[in-house]
Amino acid sequence: MAEEIIGGKLEEQEFSINMGPQHPSTHGVLRMMLKLKGETVMEVKPQLGYIHRGIEKMCEKITYQQSIHLTDRLDYLSAHILNEAVCLTVEDALGVEVPERVKYIRTIMGELNRIASHQLWWCAFGMDLGALTSFFYGLRDREKILDIFEKSCGARLLLSYNVPGGLMYDIQSDFQKDVKDFIQYFKKKLPEYDDLLTGNPIMQQRTKGVGLLTKAQAIDYGVTGPSGRGSGFSCDVRKHQPYSAYSKVNFKEILYTEGDSFARYRVRMDEMWESMSIIEQLIDNIPEGDFALKMKPVIKLPVGEYYTRVEAVRGEFGVYIVSDGNKNPLRMKFRSPNFSNLAVIDTMASGQKIADLIAIGGSMDYVIPDMDR
Amino acid sequence: MKFDIYDLGSFTSSFDQLLMENFSPFWAVAIEMVIIGIAILAFYAVVGLYLVYAERKVCAFMQCRVGPNRVGPYGFFQTIADLIKLLMKELIPIKNADKLLFNIAPFIVIIASFMAIAAIPFAKGLHAIDFNIGIFYIMAVSSMGVVGILIAGWASNNKYSMIGAMRSGAQIVSYELSVGLSLVTIVVLAGSLQLSTIVEGQRDGWFLFTGHIPAVIAFLVFLVAATAETNRGPFDLAEAESELTAGFHTEYSGIKFAFFFLAEYMNMFIVASIAATIFLGGWMPFHVGGWEAFNNIMDYLPPVFWYIGKTAFVIFIMMWFKWTFPRLRIDQLLTLEWKYLLPINLVNILVMAFVVLMGWHF
Repeated sequence: MAEEIIGGKLEEQEFSINMGPQHPSTHGVLRMMLKLKGETVMEVKPQLGYIHRGIEKMCEKITYQQSIHLTDRLDYLSAHILNEAVCLTVEDALGVEVPERVKYIRTIMGELNRIASHQLWWCAFGMDLGALTSFFYGLRDREKILDIFEKSCGARLLLSYNVPGGLMYDIQSDFQKDVKDFIQYFKKKLPEYDDLLTGNPIMQQRTKGVGLLTKAQAIDYGVTGPSGRGSGFSCDVRKHQPYSAYSKVNFKEILYTEGDSFARYRVRMDEMWESMSIIEQLIDNIPEGDFALKMKPVIKLPVGEYYTRVEAVRGEFGVYIVSDGNKNPLRMKFRSPNFSNLAVIDTMASGQKIADLIAIGGSMDYVIPDMDR
Repeated sequence: MKFDIYDLGSFTSSFDQLLMENFSPFWAVAIEMVIIGIAILAFYAVVGLYLVYAERKVCAFMQCRVGPNRVGPYGFFQTIADLIKLLMKELIPIKNADKLLFNIAPFIVIIASFMAIAAIPFAKGLHAIDFNIGIFYIMAVSSMGVVGILIAGWASNNKYSMIGAMRSGAQIVSYELSVGLSLVTIVVLAGSLQLSTIVEGQRDGWFLFTGHIPAVIAFLVFLVAATAETNRGPFDLAEAESELTAGFHTEYSGIKFAFFFLAEYMNMFIVASIAATIFLGGWMPFHVGGWEAFNNIMDYLPPVFWYIGKTAFVIFIMMWFKWTFPRLRIDQLLTLEWKYLLPINLVNILVMAFVVLMGWHF
């Protein structure tokens, strides 16, 4: 069956194989049709639709406040940032300005979310390369962040902490102390990651020069986030179009120009340091004030089209809302980074070995529910 | 002789005498074979189970976990419970598979490792067969396992299995060379292929220490090549569960899967035993030539203890490899063997021959 879907004829010594939707390292229900010649991958055709839930369509039937809870389910590893994107769009459309306190807390939570996601990526990347121990080291530290999330809003993964106009609750009294403790703790633990995986010669052999993506290709395909920045494509929305409190902090946009899996790896490792520095700059200066604006129970956006983009963990996440003045949107569209990042996998993996395909997939950090929506 | 009390040879020969007196030679040998067969079978199962337990504990401690801790004290009976589960599981028949080869493959793998155990000296006199070509025999039978893996991959009628089996074939055929050549290096030093003679030859110091630098190089090469030959991480390309789901044993279930699993652990035990016997003196206590008092103290520990300790040490190193290194790619794996290990090995044998010729070894 895979032969039919992959299209065209298989040449001599070529065969097709169906990787997924149930496979240990497709990171979800992604299905990839591979055309192989021995161990060499000739062609990759990703097939989506195994976790399509019609979230965009569902958003048309519910209010803006309710749609926050659906955006959690897109890229569940950067739930807070996606929530924030919807809130920013709605606030932008209404023309309201949230209190400074909200901006600070949103930024801190977003960066914690980014660290947690990168930790999980590091776990999974090690697993993809066959280094099983990394999984437990990453999860050990991620647990600390999830505990902070749980203490703040009761949820560990799908936060829904943002609401249009602010936050659902104020931060708990220990929040600053907990976050500072975590930063102290993680500053000691992050070099362990380097000891275990980064410096390993086998790991470097497996990733250096593998899965090359040039800057031009990254721009053509719209590969954003750490994957794009590994190719030297400066695409950090936090830097180019600062939202929330990002204009108040000093941070570097991590850029590597090699464009291989190792460059993408290093971008993410460095981003964890940068995120920690952002949090450190903000955590002691959270201004006093309200944690939310007083909003109407039913929000109706003025007629028009609104678009906001934020830097989610895996790249640029955009929310596009068309409103006809009702309490629910006429059309809600998400620009998800993973979908564009997946499109490039055939370019990157063709001509490489099967093992490389897995390593490339790991270095791109795919989250499948974000592609299918 | 100082460790005569631990010499099991006198016991086995008197037992042999007893049988010979009471039965005809044919029946005496038959009885002996049955006893040895049962003993090795029981040993095989117990060691296999407890190696799985040991690996789970070792990897747990490397991964900030506790490991099995529910069945029995410290989870000591966990693997027995697992075995019972595997025994009771359904054997899923595969459509369009080659039934005969599919069923035969796990047995080939397990027989290969089973046969190798027969030639390993566990202690003085505790030795099923003392071949005069012991090393050669072990090399020959242990490389039979790859036939089983290839058959398993082919007969499963699954592309993942097939890729895994072909990888395994390429890998084992390549690394067999390095294993063989690093053992030959020590054979040059010992002047014998017989395992008992090799162990006796390490009375005044293990070959790892007496053999100068070439012996150390041979030991390191052997460790790498043996890890590869047993299909263990970082060379577990045949299974590569993140790429090929489970490689050659994807389609196997229940006790047939357990056979592959057990054989993998026993192969690890066998190569660790060989490393201990050839490089670390086997059951021979730690002796330093000339230090009589020190040697006497060392002799108080029974040889089986020394043997188990050394084997456990090598097994621990192999587990350490597996739980800290990422997996290699197939082309990198073959590059490592053909471009680095093999040339190093060939030069090393020449150096060793030269060292032996000049009498530079200790």
